[in-house]
Amino acid sequence: MISNYNFAYLDEQTKRMIRRAILKGVSVPGYQVPFASREMPMPYGWGTGGVQVSAACLTPDDTFKVIDQGADDTTNAVSIRKFFEKTAGVAVTERTSDATVIQTRHRIPETDLTEDQILVYQVPIPEPLRFLEPRETETRKMHALEEYGLMHVKLYEDIAKHGEIATAYAYPVKVEGRYVMDPSPIPKFDNPKLESAALQLFGAGREQRIYAVPPYTKVVSLDFEDYPFDPSRADHPCELCGAEDSYLDEVIVDDAGGRIFVCSDTDYCAARREKGEAA
Amino acid sequence: MEMTAMDGGFADAPREAALAFRAALQVLARPGRIDRLAGAAPPAPASPAAGALLLTLCDPETGVYLAGAHDTQALRQWITFHCGAPLVGPEQADFALGTWAALQPVGAYRIGTSEYPDRSATLIVETEVLDPAGARLTGPGIEAEAALSLPELAAFQANAKRFPLGFDCYFTCGDRVAGLPRSTTVTEAG
Repeated sequence: MISNYNFAYLDEQTKRMIRRAILKGVSVPGYQVPFASREMPMPYGWGTGGVQVSAACLTPDDTFKVIDQGADDTTNAVSIRKFFEKTAGVAVTERTSDATVIQTRHRIPETDLTEDQILVYQVPIPEPLRFLEPRETETRKMHALEEYGLMHVKLYEDIAKHGEIATAYAYPVKVEGRYVMDPSPIPKFDNPKLESAALQLFGAGREQRIYAVPPYTKVVSLDFEDYPFDPSRADHPCELCGAEDSYLDEVIVDDAGGRIFVCSDTDYCAARREKGEAA
Repeated sequence: MEMTAMDGGFADAPREAALAFRAALQVLARPGRIDRLAGAAPPAPASPAAGALLLTLCDPETGVYLAGAHDTQALRQWITFHCGAPLVGPEQADFALGTWAALQPVGAYRIGTSEYPDRSATLIVETEVLDPAGARLTGPGIEAEAALSLPELAAFQANAKRFPLGFDCYFTCGDRVAGLPRSTTVTEAG
């Protein structure tokens, strides 16, 4: 590695501060640990929280993967991957199964993660109660008192207005029966995958919060007995690989309103096509 | 010339601290797992694993409490030189280092507040034995159940009961380390 950066860009004292926050996050699953988020060489909203968590976790032996809405080849994913290639000298990959640390924006890979992997989420608004109660002093008290009635009222109002729980992404979950947590804006299709063999870390740079879901932690999507949680999916196979079990993006293909559905996870889709499982 | 205080740190701090943190993270995220923590050589009686934890996690922002036989001039100087951490009493400590007997009473350590449960101490417990056998562990990070040799049960059961408050523990033995967060339920091996 030829570069004038400290390993993984951040200075050691900053990494120690972030590492201590990550460990407390692991000890109290779902609780948002405040941390002194640094300015990163990218704007807020581009994954500065995830980047700081990744920087604190990466070792020289890691293989790093970055996805943005499931895709390895979008601007955000490519630039963050290049950032750590340059500043940490780590190996990079687009294959989910080859990666040891995966940074993600708004998706969980389709391929099941293993015990040897860490999934780092970029989080815009970590506080699940923020749009219901704007004051941090109040939401903090609500978490302390386990006062989550407001969230159920919100889901109930969804049902009253739309006939179903209309929240489709950033669907709130309860972690290990204690903290209500925002799983970042992943589609609710991904919520069942929050119970994973991999360690999951969440970083919100602008909002200065880190939280964690350790492996095999119980993660329950909030719902009602008569309106159970439904991880919905577009009712189509993938146009490219034929997969019927993956999360799909809708793509407009012409000016006449023509549209197709393709896998959002580009690695999953490409691997299936390589294996010749195309429809 | 005082040599011991300046020796025994990481030779390549950014990389060794990264490897040490990963081990510390994985053992805390998976209670019952035992990993190696190498690269540090603190003065006796501190173990290499405990030394690596101090080098990786402690700095001028964290108070360190040295309990019992670990409160030696050599170790104080080593921590001051390598970490720059202030040495404090148990009530102010972010990190406490010692044997389980020396760390008593555990009621003295910070357990956080209901609004900020993260403002709590981490105990680094030096042990003679560290085996994946003994007390039965269940909870976050554990698929079905795990086992770990613990110095006692009652204190860890009481600690888990007041979740989300509580202290978190590392157990160190030579260059090996295991973790026990407050979220783990501890029961007698059955």
